[in-house]
Amino acid sequence: MKYLYLLWSNLRRKKMRSVLTVLSILVAFMLFAYLGAIRQGFSQGIDVAGLDRLIVRHKVSLIQPLPVAYESRIEQVEGVVDAIHQSWFGGVYQKPTNFFPQMPVEPEEYLAMYPEILLSDDERKAWLATRSGAIAGRGIADRFGWKVGDRIPINATIWTRKGGEQTWEFDLVGIYEGAEQSTDTTLFLFRYDFFDESRQFGQGQVGWYTVRIADPARSAEIAAAVDEVFANSQYETKTEAEGAFVQGFADQIGDVSTIIMAIVAAVFFTILLVAGNTMAYAVRERTNELAVLKALGFTDRGVLGLVLGECALLTAIGGGLGLLFGWLLVGMGDPTNGSLPVFFVPNRVLTAGIALIAVMAFLAGILPALQAQRLQIADALRR
Amino acid sequence: MNEAVSEAAAGQSLVELRNVDKIFRRGSEEIHVLGGLDLEIPAGEFLALMGPSGSGKSTLLNLIGGLDRPSQGSVVVGGARIDKLSNRRLAAWRARHVGLVFQFYNLMPMLSAQKNVELPLLLTHLSARERRKRAALALDIVGLSHRAGHFPRTLSGGEQQRTGIARAIVTDPTLLLCDEPTGDLDRKSGDEILDLLQALNREQGKTIIMVTHDIHAAARASRTLYLNKGQLTTEPEELVVQAQTLSQTGA
Repeated sequence: MKYLYLLWSNLRRKKMRSVLTVLSILVAFMLFAYLGAIRQGFSQGIDVAGLDRLIVRHKVSLIQPLPVAYESRIEQVEGVVDAIHQSWFGGVYQKPTNFFPQMPVEPEEYLAMYPEILLSDDERKAWLATRSGAIAGRGIADRFGWKVGDRIPINATIWTRKGGEQTWEFDLVGIYEGAEQSTDTTLFLFRYDFFDESRQFGQGQVGWYTVRIADPARSAEIAAAVDEVFANSQYETKTEAEGAFVQGFADQIGDVSTIIMAIVAAVFFTILLVAGNTMAYAVRERTNELAVLKALGFTDRGVLGLVLGECALLTAIGGGLGLLFGWLLVGMGDPTNGSLPVFFVPNRVLTAGIALIAVMAFLAGILPALQAQRLQIADALRR
Repeated sequence: MNEAVSEAAAGQSLVELRNVDKIFRRGSEEIHVLGGLDLEIPAGEFLALMGPSGSGKSTLLNLIGGLDRPSQGSVVVGGARIDKLSNRRLAAWRARHVGLVFQFYNLMPMLSAQKNVELPLLLTHLSARERRKRAALALDIVGLSHRAGHFPRTLSGGEQQRTGIARAIVTDPTLLLCDEPTGDLDRKSGDEILDLLQALNREQGKTIIMVTHDIHAAARASRTLYLNKGQLTTEPEELVVQAQTLSQTGA
């Protein structure tokens, strides 16, 4: 700590250069936090997927339906605690860009399977009592300004109603909150019985099943057992962990994570060069002063530490502010206006950011620091 | 008073150089700066080293101060064979035993006079308060208490050099090594610095080795040695003439 003043004074001597370097580091880390939130939005569900939940879908693809009768047969598999079905509705609200997940479900079973969906008792009762009732997550409700009691028209892109009607009207009976920050609050859920009897085709079919198992350690074994039950049938299944299922779903729009990581890596590499260049200049300009420090009794390693410390301070200021501003910016709201299921900076991104600050400080400072360490006092004082 | 001075006061030399060679290599060329040099400096002495440019004065000072190592021979200061110390130990030894005063002050431009003087104390275990106290005392000794908060760019040359001297004495070193301490100052400021060095030598018993081109500065010392072509001599005239000749020809 006693050297902090010295490090700080060194940074202040070329204010403009230090400020510009800090700003460039700041922008990189702000981008890191912001893109981390977007990445989290795209991969939502993967990390928070229940370890004790499996997904059973058609072996060919998710688009192929499964019979609703499979539910009871799945529940008979040893190790399975409960099974519920869900289906992809794929409608839009008012215009094609207002796209979000809508799914017909069995209300009570669904809420039991997903305890992270918090619904008041009154809203739960209202949903059970209203065949055309639907609940929406807080995120999607806020996005469109919905409130309980509203009638929500959804235009079907797949499931037309009997008689060819495209528009489905639902009564919004509840708005759920997420138990966790990572809970998806962009879902629009309505009753399967209403959906099944009203749709023009596909009665008795569902999209996929979510299965709760007793022992997550046996998930592979139970998944195989479920698939075994339906082997050689018209509707063969593929059972996998919920996380893998969500990942596969996210991958349908491209490997967003990889794209984001590529952007972040390119930005960081550039900033590393900027910070490294700044430190190299700083050391070159201060050859004489570093020699004086050594003459006064600072060891070679001590001088190395001072240069690395200065780089660490510069990076910590820029990186710390960048993460803070990124976090604040994310707090201001989702850039897609609610299309992302969740939008927040996960703790692991902040932790990774702090680790990156340390790595960047080391990489940017190590070469100039070694140069300073190797400095010969008598030679440097003669320059 | 430190132990090295006490030992020397008991009749031992504080600084002993034996058969010291210093060779610089520039590519394949070898430049012999010092050759077979012997020197003893008793504690409490104020020694001036004179000689023409390139004669090896600063090199000799660097060897005594542990800033450089001899190519051959031994350098013993206060009983320690410093040419054999590791880099880390040598640095610690310098911090403890050597105060350096440079021709161009070599103050840290971003630090105030007070903070410049505190700099060597960062290597000690003193508290921040104690460091401030000792730096203030050193600045008081050199008569700069009133300029403690000023940065080097706002100080005159003489004031900067006094700050440099305060930095050199703040750790109460065994040796004060001054490389042309008045070389960048006008006569009046130079005289003030020399007064200060003399006072440190006489009143505080500091052993001072001063490299200088200036006969007037050398006259303040208790002994003057002359270096020419890497050899020491006590005979000044010939060298002074040489030095003056070189000076007149601009060499």
